[in-house]
Parts: sequence; C-alpha cells; structure tokens
Amino acid sequence: MATATFEPLPANLAEIQVKIEGHARDYGLDFYPTIFELIDADQLNAIAAYGGFPTRYPHWRFGMEFEQLNKGYTYGLQKIYELVINNNPCYAYLMRCNSFVDQKLVMAHVYGHCDFFKNNYWFSQTNRKMMDEMANHGNRIRRYMDRFGVDTVETFIDACLSVEDLIDIHSPFVKRFDQPSRYDFERAHDEDESTGAPGRFHSKDYMDSFINPPHVLAAEADKLRQQQVKQTRFPPEPVRDVMLFVLENAPLRPWQLDVLSIVRDEAYYFAPQGQTKIMNEGWASYWHSTIMTRQGLEAADVVNYCDHHSGTLASSPTKLNPYKVGIELFRDIEDRWNKGRFGKEYDECDDWSKKRDWDTGAGLGRQKIFEVRKIHNDLTFIDEFLTLDFCRQHKLFSFGYNPANDAYEIESREFPKIKQQLLFQLTNLGRPMISVRDGNYKNRGELFLEHTFGGVELKTSYAHDTLANLYALWGRPVHIETVLDGTRTILSFDGGEHQTEKCGEVDE
Amino acid sequence: MRIEHDLSRFKQIVRGKIRQNLRKYVTNGEMIGRKGRDLVSIPIPQLDVPHFRYGKNGNGGVGQGDGEPGTPIGKGDDGEGGAGAAGSDPGAHLLEVEVSLEELAAILGEELELPRIEPKGTANIEQEKSRYTSIRRSGPESLRHFKRTYMEALRRQISSNTYVPDRPRVVPIRDDKRYRAWNEVNLPEANAAIIYMMDVSGSMTDDQKEIVRTAAFWLDTWLRSQYKGLERRYIIHDAAAKEVDEETFYHTRESGGTRISSAYRVCAELINRTFPPSEWNIYCFQFSDGDNWGEDNERSLELLKNEILPHVNLFCYGQVESPYGSGEFIRSLDFAEDEPRLVTAEIENKEAVYGCLKTFLGTGA
Repeated sequence: MATATFEPLPANLAEIQVKIEGHARDYGLDFYPTIFELIDADQLNAIAAYGGFPTRYPHWRFGMEFEQLNKGYTYGLQKIYELVINNNPCYAYLMRCNSFVDQKLVMAHVYGHCDFFKNNYWFSQTNRKMMDEMANHGNRIRRYMDRFGVDTVETFIDACLSVEDLIDIHSPFVKRFDQPSRYDFERAHDEDESTGAPGRFHSKDYMDSFINPPHVLAAEADKLRQQQVKQTRFPPEPVRDVMLFVLENAPLRPWQLDVLSIVRDEAYYFAPQGQTKIMNEGWASYWHSTIMTRQGLEAADVVNYCDHHSGTLASSPTKLNPYKVGIELFRDIEDRWNKGRFGKEYDECDDWSKKRDWDTGAGLGRQKIFEVRKIHNDLTFIDEFLTLDFCRQHKLFSFGYNPANDAYEIESREFPKIKQQLLFQLTNLGRPMISVRDGNYKNRGELFLEHTFGGVELKTSYAHDTLANLYALWGRPVHIETVLDGTRTILSFDGGEHQTEKCGEVDE
Repeated sequence: MRIEHDLSRFKQIVRGKIRQNLRKYVTNGEMIGRKGRDLVSIPIPQLDVPHFRYGKNGNGGVGQGDGEPGTPIGKGDDGEGGAGAAGSDPGAHLLEVEVSLEELAAILGEELELPRIEPKGTANIEQEKSRYTSIRRSGPESLRHFKRTYMEALRRQISSNTYVPDRPRVVPIRDDKRYRAWNEVNLPEANAAIIYMMDVSGSMTDDQKEIVRTAAFWLDTWLRSQYKGLERRYIIHDAAAKEVDEETFYHTRESGGTRISSAYRVCAELINRTFPPSEWNIYCFQFSDGDNWGEDNERSLELLKNEILPHVNLFCYGQVESPYGSGEFIRSLDFAEDEPRLVTAEIENKEAVYGCLKTFLGTGA
C-alpha cells in the first residue's frame, strides 16, 4: 500500500524538506535517504495501529489498536503528528492536516530519529529492509489463513503473541552458545568414560598423596559430576529466548513454526525501539528544537512552534514524558561536557561555589552527545547520566500505590530511590525476567520456566492465561516458578486446569 | 483499507464474547458500567493478549512536578480487583470495552431471539427536538463557534485596516464572538412510555430490588433500541401507592401491607393524564412478591382489565420470590393465557432474570 498510494510531497513541503535536510546534515546528522508521505488522520492511525507497517499481517488486535487511536483522535485527546520507520530508506508519514509550521518541526524531528536509527548501536542488528520483510510476513500469514482458516491461524498468532516478550534482547550482540561442532565425535561414545574418576598423575606410592592430593581429586570428581548433570540437563543453561526454545523444540507443524518465527522476528525488530524510547525521542526533540530555533523558524511561526513544542514536552505527575527527560538529559550532558563538569576532579570537588561556577571551557558537549547517542540505551543512559542535580532541577519524584487511599502518592524525592525506580522500569523493558530452566521437566517433556524474582510479583490472572497460551504452543504441561506472597510458588497448566503449588519460603 | 478488515474482525470477536457471556452480564448487572448516555463499558474476559507482567506491587513509577511525599497524584485503578481476588479466580484478566447501548440491545435481541416491535399508529406523533442549527451573538463560552468568531474578527480587522498580512494576529473582541444556538424542530417519532411498578412492602428485601433493577436495565435497553423516545415512570406501593423518581424507586423500603390495586389506580391515572394511548406505546412492568391482601385481588383485577390493559401494548407481571415465600397473586392472573397483552413470570432468583426477559419481550408487542 505504501507504494500504491505514494505521491510526491507538494512543492512547498518538498522545498522545506530540502532545506531541513540540509540543516540536519550541516549539524553532522547521518541518515538513510528519507521518504516523506503525506496522509490523512485515518490512514495515519491505521498505519500506527500496524506499528508503522501498512502491509503487516492481518490480526484483530490491530483493529482494536486502531479503534482506540481513532477514538482518541476524534475526541481530541491525542494526535499523532508523525510516524517514522526504521528502514533503509527511512519512511516517515506526516499528517496532512498539520499546519505548515508543524510540518517543518516534524521533519526536523524525523531527521533526528533517522540519524538515531542508523547510528545507535542497539539498532545495528535490525533488519533495514523491514518494509519488504513485513510485506512478506503479511503474505505468508495470509496464505496460511487461506489454507487453514482465519480462526485457526489467528488463534495460533494469539498464542505466539502471548510470549512475544520472552526474548533475549541482548542475544543479537552476544554469542550465547557454542554451536555444536559436526565433527565432535567424542559425545557419541563418551558414556562409559564419563562415569570414570578424574585423571591421576603417575607417581611413586610414597609421592602419591602429594602429586594426587585426595581433596583435589575429590573436588575434581565433584566438578565432573556437575558437568555431567549439566550435560544431561536440557537446556544446559537457562535460556532467556523462550520463543527460540519453543521454536526449536516444540512439536509444531511447519506453518506454525513459520508463524512463530515471524512473530519472533518482529519482536526482535521492535525491541530496540522499546529500549531507547527516552533517548530516541530526546534526541529527535533536541534536533527539532536546535534546527527550528536556529534556522527553521520564520518570525510568524514562533508562537505556533512554541505551542507545539511545549505540548510535546508537557509532563504529567503520573507519567514521565520521554521527550522531556530525553531532551533535558541531552542538554544537560552537552552543558556538562562543554564546561568540563565531569571526571575525577569535578566529582571529588566539595566546594559548592566552585562547583557551581565550574567551567573549564572544554567545549566537548556536541561531541559527547553524538557519542552517547551511538553507544547507549535508555537503561545505561539513565544509569550513567541521571544526576542528583538533574533530579532536583526537574523535580523528579518516585510514586507508588497506596491501597489505604486507593490512590497513587508521591513516595520519595531521594535521588537513589528515584534512580532505582527508573532503572527498574527500564530493566528488560519493564517486563519480568523469565527463562526456560527445564525443557524435560520431571522427565515428561514438560516445560519449566523460571521467573527471576526481583521484588515484584507477577500478576497471577495474566500469568495463568499466558501459561494457557504457552501450553497451546508446547503441547505438554507448562510450569513457571515465581514468588507469590513471599513463598516460592509453581504455577502450572496442564491443558485442563491451573494449579498453584507452594514450595517453601524464599531464602533471602 | 486493510484496517477495516481487522477492525470488523475485532468487533466481531467482541460481539461474540458478549454473546457468549450474556447470561452472566444479564444476571450481574453491576458488571456493566454506564459511560455517558449511549455507551456502556463491559469487562470482557480474555480479550487482549496476555503476557507475563508485574502485578499490584509493581505499580510505582517516576513522575515530575511539585508536592511532598504523601501527596496523592492520581486515582488508583484496580488491577487485580482487591486482595482476595488474586488467584481465586484464575484466568480472569479483563479488558473493558465500550459498546453502544444499541449494539448491546442488538446482541440481546439476537441471543434471546426477540422479535422486533411493531409500533402502533405512530406516523403522526411528533416530538419536539432541539437542534443546533443557528448562530447567535450571545451565549455560553462552551458553545462558542470558533471558526465563525475568527472569521468575524478577521473581517473586522481587514475592514478597519488593522490586519497586517505579514504578522497575522487575529484577536476577537466581544462583538466578534458567535455562538451556536438551537432551534426547536418537530420530528415524527414513535414514542414509548415505560411504567414500572414495585411492591415496597416489608417482605421485599434488597435482594429482590436488585433483581428488579437488573431486569429494568435490560428492559430499558431493549425498548430504547426499538423506540426513539422513551419515557420512564416509577410507582411504588405498599398499602398505598405514589409516583416517585428512579432513585427513590430503588431505595425506598416501607413496612406496610400490600394492596396492588392502589398501584393500578395510580398507573391508570398516569396513563390518562400523561400518556394518551393514541400517541404512546405503553409498557407496564410490575414487580411484587405476590403477597397481596386477599380482599384486594378482585378490585385489582377489575382495574387491570378495564382501566389498564385496553390502553397498553404490554403488561408484564414479575413475581419475585422473597424470603417469606412467594404469594398467590400470580394465580389470579391466570387469564393471561387468553390475553396477549398480559404476561406473567416467576423470578426465583437473579439467574431467572434471563428467562424472564425472554418471556416478557418475546411477545413482540
């Protein structure tokens, strides 16, 4: 569809695109060719519902998403100004009814995103031809729907989507396992050997206890035994990528495997966007603000621009605005590195007034923020650059739910707590950490997952339903070990009923 | 556009889920929340895709703004539905979906296989309606017509030569402001009046009233989908009857005896006075535990047969079972079999509301 309805931008917009792109390049932004398309609110909401890809596979939840967006737009609660797709070339959709100033601002904003997509390390492994890939996914799934029935395929997609966040977001960058070598014949006949005792050195009798000390031998034997257990364990190490594990080991039919792999590919494609929400929006806002206020604005645009810009950055007490935090942090970093406010000497300085007036004239700000946008994600970004001063200046606080008043209340203004809360929310995209511990639980081919408990419990109603969907994929009973009310608990689903088994206190 | 397909698929699924669970919604009226005049929100189980996610003690976050620790910043929306609910009701993750009353009525109609109602002689009935079709120079700010006001201001500035094209600042003054205004229009419409009667004598407890309220919601919903204009009136009675508003209707408790004829008299007067049968489709729903005073039965039936039944589309009598047992009044209405306008049903408990709706509305009158 993207190509079918494609029409070049009207002359006046094409003209500002050239200008804004020129400014962006002059500042050193580096991006794939960017194609703008002008579309109506309806279409924009539809494309947004599809996560940016008009050719995506059909599924009812996109319809649900669309209805929510459309309602929000009709009631004037929200408006999407633009949508950018991480792709080469970069596609950006502009809302037709944006005012002229808005279009300028949005274009500048888009170039910020495009630069970020291309250069941020966390996006480096994403498919840059995703527009085509998604269309292929769509076609494949449509074909399966024709062959096996819409309901069958859709229900299966539902099950896949239920575990779409159980992926290993770092795996594109790390080699988790050694590929088993095809020429490793040891494994085939080591059964009789592996039971043996640890090797001994040759020695004279009287030297034996020195050359082969008993405690070392015992430790060695222990190690061997453990290794053996590990080898028989399946998987040998807990696996974070539950989807992959299911894909490789579940008894699924070819079309089901294909659908599951499609859902998994898309989850990996979208993961970096979740990992860099604050940075990405902050970076784009930083650049629209810089480009607009230095070059882009005409005198008559100023009021409209300010109105829009402040709307974008508005913050609310219950939700931290990623645009706001992002842009302010980038500015803070730029300022600190311009004035040399970093490093050992600055950190160890105790003199308040000296610190306040600290300015070595280092002028490294721009360079630093470009470096930051290249290597960080939200988690490391906040961890590294959120400072006490920043928290105070921007009046950050942490809040929590108080059941006594049925209300969310401000909990603390202490810097460590705020930072910890923020980091917690960003860890693993704010989702529980779950891995496969045993794919052959009780030697009955049951799937055993483990929730790495970090102080916050799972929502049981959702956990039950997720297990049910996982069962649909795995085909055998599924379990998850977690902590509920301070007790180790195993939630299970065997295709018929849910079971909750308490198995002892949590060891602190 | 492809999204249309996914959207209709979504709506189809919602509809399917509502139909599947309709009996539950009917008997637990409180599950359905009102959203404005035409919308209801319905919690639908297992609609959104479930994931492993954090539960109630993970609801914190970081915010920005003024305030001391302890300052409330937002209302809690219950995630897990209270402490006890967790775990006790597996697989109860819910999504609230907004559905229009019209759609809800349609689903009800399909599921209960209700016939559509044929309104009686209505073509010449006119209803006054307000329509925002004109513009005035004064009015409340909430009705200000932005574009017209802007155009007036622009026109004034251009004609008085204060408009600078390079710096277009258009500020409306009082004279420029324009407001939307309404006109009364007469539209032909089929109108219906519902008259609810309830026994509030000592033997009717809150449970019985809950049943009545639940039944009334669905009766309203269905009739509203069949008629454009709907008037509701409420009558309560023990030994004496009076007309009350909706709030009082559901919350009054008297201790007197029961004289059904008193309610019938008020009802008959109401029809005479306010709802001339030639213009209105009249529906009466009466709820009682049937424990009428014996000597009153004859009088009641006389009123019913002569003063009420000839004028109404439908008269429904629902006998709810109270802790003191069920009365005899329903027996004296045995002639209902030969009288198509009279329908009776016994409602033993909340679950029976579903069946009673079918009995009441299944006549298509």
